[in-house]
Formats: sequence, structure tokens, C-alpha cells
Amino acid sequence: MKMEKEILELSDVTVRFAGDSGDGMQLTGMQFTNTTALVGNDLSTLPDYPAEIRAPIGTTYGVSGFQLHFSSMDIQTPGDSPDVLVAMNPAALKVNVKDLKHNAYIIININAFDSKNLKLAGYETNPLEDGSLEGYNVIQVPLSKLTNKALEASGLSAKEIGRCKNFFALGMMYWLYSRPFEPTLKWIKDKFKDSPLIGSANEKALMAGYYFGENTELFTTRYQVEPAKLPKGVYRNISGNEALAIGFVTASVKSGLPLFLGSYPITPASDILHELSKHKNFGVRTFQAEDEIAAITASIGAAFTGALAITTTSGPGLALKTEAVGLAVMTELPIIIIDVQRGGPSTGLPKKTEQSDLQQAINGRNGEAPVVVIAPSTPAECFNMALEAARLATKYMVPVLYLSDGYIANGSEPWLIPNPEEIPEISVKFRTEKEGFAPYLRDENLTRPWALPGTPGLEHRLGGLEKANISGNVSYDPENHEFMVRLRAQKVKNIENDIPELEVTGDIDADLLVIGWGGTFGSISEAVTRVRKNGKKVAQAHLKYLNPFPKNTEEVLKRYKHIVCPELNMGQLAKFLKAEYLVDIDSFTKIQGLPFKSSEIETKIENVLKGI
Amino acid sequence: MTDKIEVKDLKITAKDFATDQDVRWCPGCGDYSILAQVQRSFPDLVGIKKENIVWISGIGCSSRFPYYMNTYGFHGIHGRAPAIATGVKVSHPELSVWVAAGDGDLLSIGGNHFIHTCRRNVDLKILLFNNRIYGLTKGQYSPTSEKGKITKTSPYGSVDYPFNPISLALGSGATFVARSLDRDTKHLQEMIKRAAAHKGTAFVEIFQNCSIFNDGAFDILTDKKTKDDNVLVLEHGKPMIFGVNKNKGIVMDGAKPKAVEIGNGKFRIEDVIVHDEFDESPVLATLLSNLTEDPTMPTPIGVFRQITKPTYDGEVEAQVNSVTNKKGKGDLEKVLFAGNTWQVN
Repeated sequence: MKMEKEILELSDVTVRFAGDSGDGMQLTGMQFTNTTALVGNDLSTLPDYPAEIRAPIGTTYGVSGFQLHFSSMDIQTPGDSPDVLVAMNPAALKVNVKDLKHNAYIIININAFDSKNLKLAGYETNPLEDGSLEGYNVIQVPLSKLTNKALEASGLSAKEIGRCKNFFALGMMYWLYSRPFEPTLKWIKDKFKDSPLIGSANEKALMAGYYFGENTELFTTRYQVEPAKLPKGVYRNISGNEALAIGFVTASVKSGLPLFLGSYPITPASDILHELSKHKNFGVRTFQAEDEIAAITASIGAAFTGALAITTTSGPGLALKTEAVGLAVMTELPIIIIDVQRGGPSTGLPKKTEQSDLQQAINGRNGEAPVVVIAPSTPAECFNMALEAARLATKYMVPVLYLSDGYIANGSEPWLIPNPEEIPEISVKFRTEKEGFAPYLRDENLTRPWALPGTPGLEHRLGGLEKANISGNVSYDPENHEFMVRLRAQKVKNIENDIPELEVTGDIDADLLVIGWGGTFGSISEAVTRVRKNGKKVAQAHLKYLNPFPKNTEEVLKRYKHIVCPELNMGQLAKFLKAEYLVDIDSFTKIQGLPFKSSEIETKIENVLKGI
Repeated sequence: MTDKIEVKDLKITAKDFATDQDVRWCPGCGDYSILAQVQRSFPDLVGIKKENIVWISGIGCSSRFPYYMNTYGFHGIHGRAPAIATGVKVSHPELSVWVAAGDGDLLSIGGNHFIHTCRRNVDLKILLFNNRIYGLTKGQYSPTSEKGKITKTSPYGSVDYPFNPISLALGSGATFVARSLDRDTKHLQEMIKRAAAHKGTAFVEIFQNCSIFNDGAFDILTDKKTKDDNVLVLEHGKPMIFGVNKNKGIVMDGAKPKAVEIGNGKFRIEDVIVHDEFDESPVLATLLSNLTEDPTMPTPIGVFRQITKPTYDGEVEAQVNSVTNKKGKGDLEKVLFAGNTWQVN
């Protein structure tokens, strides 16, 4: 007789799928994510790619992972420590086991735990037998064998059948967490419509996994996570890079300026170039340049002719673009430079996240070369900040440096899709009037006119040599130089009047303020929430504008006795705040190529509070 | 009073292309002549409005050029003029986009952009002011300086081999490749006009005298006494003859071109090879480009090769249009609501 299985209600689950880079773990994770989104849970994801594209099979450096945190409540991060690990081979177990919660479930593909794979993973003894997994709930599933069996009549080769085992694992997880399998069936149908044999094998593997869950004695309990109570509306799951790309498409529509992207492929920014090359029917022109410098200088050329000109890169590429950013400062052209930060210096950790380009963004140029610096704090916010970048760049004729990072670029979360009609227009004026024209005339914002080639009578010359104000002629006059340096700085500084004030959340009257910027928002918020749940008082503020800072920043900082500033660098924001406002900042840093765990920040806050 | 309406002559002249800026090149610099020939040629450019002309430059003496042309202009950063110009042309294809660059700018720091511009066939007109020396930094050898050249940075002679710019442009796929001399004003004007009329990357190497740091580098090609015997003027469909008495010609000796005397009983005019600018094959143009390296041969000027090929900017534009026709004009709502969406009530 089949035992009726118990269904346990959970509010919050973190799952990690891990396997060889060829095992399809990203795909499995994305499918689980999409289905979970459709169920209505709040969620947050974090892919963990190996550095190698296809490292030797079975080795630890070839392990690819995908973490998903889903909940019936509002959540901010992909989760500190997984509750469940699906490990397709010994290497996947070895790489990931240290991150797991005590008592976590480890679902392993027992068929992959042979002496060869154990050796490849660097295990001297079998972890399933040597007691090292004590404290975890290990569930050994003959995943390869069961997949083979389910597909023995499929007509596929052994190798092809082997590739279907991720769908078996996915089916099993669908059952375990009471998710519908229909969305994935639909996806398979569509994806493999040209290779129906493979499609139907994946379908069979998925269903075999699902029914295995139902029938096996290995699982005695099934889990359920209720939908989250999110604000009303239509949602989609979106990664930071996707949100950023369609944000700029939207900015192009709302400003009426054709979008020009000059870019050179670089991890983790390339996805933006991939996405924008699809949108040619919006008039988007993507230029895959010969190098980083050509990418930005072509964008400057495009801005000169009136395009919404952007360039995308990561840290090393930003270093190469440095001189050209200065040219855009001098010529006062509106370009947007997007840096999806990764671990540095030099080539550093291409696939890992970091916030260590803040100083480069704010100060990394020769001469006094101020630009606007902004940073989104979540994947979905990458959309709004794209609109904001376009608004500021074109309104003030100034380069805007947009600091995303690998964590929010590749991570995803549900996004409440805005009504396109409710997104405000970005108003742009081109100079066409000949009378009284000079290229460096100033309006009330100190902005110079945008006069496009092709306009009769407004022929003028721009360039990197110092310009006389108003006339725009080359000037070596000492006083003019000082005047212009100060004017360019003032123009950027004045933007503080045109951006939102720094908002404080949590306990505004607390003694402790936690201040961060960019992609650490989720981890900090979750930590602050937890500490407050324990009955302690903490205030939180998060900077999205790094240059200029919001006008009330000083006033906010001076209100608190103690300020903690968590950053994924050696304390770059902390340094700027100290220098600018002469306040004491308790810099809390992590430089491991990994995001903060909320628990790390929580512990820091608790420790500080003990001392206050 | 009459009903006669006064008709003003709207013809643009060379003067209209001059700016109010003082030209600040050294006395005797070849750049003056190049500027003058450009200003004289431009009124004759058919169908190109003055406001649609853009001059882009990098860094160097010649890169001051845009400041002296009353058109739209952009004085960029070192080596990047072709990339800036590509951005201008791709986002605004109706513009006539010109690049003024020196040998250091275009072939050293900007070499990468130059070859890729040629490869893509971006519709840019690139004038190389080749004086075979670094002028603005005061006299170091350049990537076109001859090996062994004594300069400030090579007191014992440069050990660098130079680029052959014409070979480089041809090898990179430029669709219009020509050479002229700063002092041959008529020829230079003709090359400028031919470049303007070409659709695609038009490259014109101009041998330009630097009167301060490399004076006389091209005297042999410009001096009345020596030029006829040392310059081969390429003309389409015409045999390649040269010399004071027009009695020398280029014949093929196997696969090698050779300069010979004609009419001495050994070679006849029929033996002399005939220039074909429009040859789809780059072989002839490449052979000719290498004559420059050979002291026993004359230096060719004129159009080495001109072929027709779709331009990069044209293809970008065509793709935008064809995708728009196929998918319909971009619909923001469709993009925002793409993929799996769900409703929360």
C-alpha cells in the first residue's frame, strides 16, 4: 500500500542546483525559477558560473550552480545558505556543501559517485561513507539510472540520454515543492520544436522525475510555499542586465532619441549587448567595436549627432575607456557608460561580483573630470536607473557612469511591470536657432546647447582641448581654464537639486545607521529587518546617487551616533563619506567575489549594538 | 522700382570653409597646402551641403584641421578619430564624414581603428597627412619613418621597419585607396574630390612635408628637377609611363613589375602595363603599392584601387529597416511584458 505523504507548509526555501557546466544547471534553475514565479512566490536568484566555459568533466572548477530563494513573504536576497542542494556529481557536492544550512537536504545523483568521479573531485574517501556529511539529510537518488530507464526506448544515444537527467532532477524537485510541471512542458515543446525526439525525451525525463518523487520511499514529506502578498499588477522575473537593456530601449522611446550602443564583449556585461542587438525595430543600433576604446569613442560620435549613446563594459574595460570619458566631459556630450562591476584588479575574477570600481568611476580620469555616478540597488531597479541615466545625461549634457555589478546583473527577481504610458517622457531640446548661437552658451543649469551636425548655420567644433566658455574656441587662458574646471564641477554638483533625497528606513530615531550603495541593498535590508525583528533599533539608508550625493546626505549622516557602511571593496564609499562630510564611518567590507550574506551584516550590526 | 527680384549668387566658395581661427602650423608646413586644397575642392562636391560635412581628428599637428574648417568638427583623442567618425556616420548616415590624421595618429596609436574601419567599409573619407615623423611631440620617429632614421628617440638610427600605408589599407579592405602630394595642388584636389564621390572607406595618403623635423623628405617627388623621373602618375586605362621624356614605363617581368626604357628597341608602349583602378582583384594595386619600397622604381600617386561594396553604415541602416518591416515598429508594451508574466490580484 502506498503511504500518503505529508504536506508541510514552509514560508521560505533556498534551493541550489549544482553540477558540471555541461549538466544544464542554469537551465534547470531558470525553469524552476519561472515556474516558481508563476506560482506567485516572491523570489531572488543567483547563478554561479564556473570560470571555464567547459572545464574537464567531473572537476571542481567545472561546477556550475544556480541558487533560488523563494518565499510566501517579501524577500530581498537569494538566501544565505541553501536548505536543499541538488548535487549532480561529487565535485558539485564538494564545492557547495560548505554553504549549506545545518540539517539541509542534499539530493545526490548516486550514480555519479564512482571512484573515478570521486577522484576527479579530489575526494580521498567517499563522503557518503566517511561520516563527513553527518548533520545533513542525504538522499541518494539513482538519477542517471532512472533517466536511462525512462528513456531506453527513446531512440536517443547514451550521451543524449545522459543530457536529459537535469529534467529528471527538475521533475523530482517540482514534486517535492508542489510546483506545476505544465509550464516546463510548454517550454520544452516550444524550445525543441525542431528536434521533437529530444523534446519528447526531456518531457519524459521531467515526468519520470515527478512521479519518482511521488512513488519513492526516499521522500516522506512534500513541501508547499504559499504565494507571496506582492502589490497588485503584472509581474515578470527579470535579471539586472535584462532590466537595464529594456530600460534603455524605453528611454530611447521616451526621449525620441535613437539608441546607439558601442560595446566590446566582456563578462558580465555582454548580455546587455546581446539583448539590445535584438531590438533593431526600435531603431537601436549596436556597434560591436574592435576594442573598448572604439566602443566608447563611437558612442561619443553618436552622441554628437543626437543619439542616446551608451557603452557597456566591466572594470577592465572602464579602465580602457578612461581617456574617452574625459573627452565626453570636455565636449559636454551626454553619453552613458555602464560598468557591470566584477572582481578586480586587472582581469581579476571575471564571473564574480565586487563593488570595487567606485573610486574609478568617481575619480578615475586625468584632470578634474566630474561625471554623474549612479548605481541601481536591485535587478529590477536597473530599469528605472536606465531612465534616470538618460534623463540626467541629456538634461545636463554630461556623461553618466552607471555602476551595476555581477550580482544584480545576473541575479533576478519579480518585477512589477510598469504601464508604458505612465513612464514619463524624457524631454530633449536640440538647438536649431542660428541667431545668437554659440556652442558653449549656458542655460540656467549651466548646460550647453546640443546642436547637431546637419543643422544649417550651427557649424561648430568640439574637442578635447580646453574651451573658452560660450564661444567654445580653444583657449589656453589660465583664468578661463580655472573658470571652466569649476563650471564643469558646479554643473554636476547642481544635479543634487534634481535627484531624490536620501531616504532613511527602519527606525529613523535609532542610534545606528547602516548605509550602503548599489547591489548590496538586499543583503543589508534583510539583515536590518532581522535585527529589528529581534526588537533592536536600526536605521537604513541606501545611496543610488554617488556623484553628486543627495543634498541631505550630510544631515542624515550627522543624525546618527554610529554609522556602519557595508561594501564589497576595501571601504571606498566610506572614504568618500568621511572625506566629504568629516563623519566617522565604521567600514565593514568583504572582498571575496561573493555577495554579503545577510547573516554577516546581521552579526556586524548586533556586535555594534552591543557596544553602543 | 522694378519687379525684378535680385538673385544672389549662393555658390559657396573656398572662403566659406575658412573659420575665424588663426591657422597655427609652422611656416612651410605641408598642412597649409592640404587645407587650401580641401577648401578649394569642397565647393565642388556635388550634392553635399555644408552643414552635412563633419571633420573628425585625433591628436597631432594635422589633427588641428577641424578647427580651420567652417563645418561641423570634432577634435578627438589620440588615434580614435576613425572610431569617433564611425559613431557619427552609423548614427547619422546622411553626413559626409571626413577624418584628418597624421601617421602617428592613424597608424601607431590608432592603427587598430584604422584597419577595422577599412575592413568594415565604413563610409568615411580618411586623409593621412604622412610626414614620416612626429611633429607635435617634436621630432621622434613615426611608424612610417624609414629604418635607420636618426631622430631624438633614435640617435643611433631607428631599428623599426615602417608601415606601407597603401599596402595596409589595401590589405585591410579599404575600397578606395589613393595617394597624392601636398605640393601637387591640382592632383591633390582631384584625389579629394574622387574620395568624396566614393561610397565606402576612402583612404588618401598625402605625402606632407614637415619643415621642422623632416624637411625635404619628399623633395625627390616634388622637386621640379627630379619629380618626373621619380613619380608615376596612375591613371585608369592608361599605360604606366613616366620620366621627363615620358619614355619610361612599368612592364611585368614574370610576377614582378620592372621599370624600363621604352622605344629603345627592347620595349614598346604595348609592353607597358595599363592601370585598372576598378579591378576587383587587389593584386595589381598591391604590386603598385610596393613600388614605394623599391629605390629603383618610381613612386606611384593617384588612385590605386576603387571598388564598390556595400558600406557598414548602409548595412546597419538596412538591417534596422528590414527588421522593422518584418517585426513592425517597436512596441514598448510587447517588450516590457515579454516572457512569462503573472498577475497578482
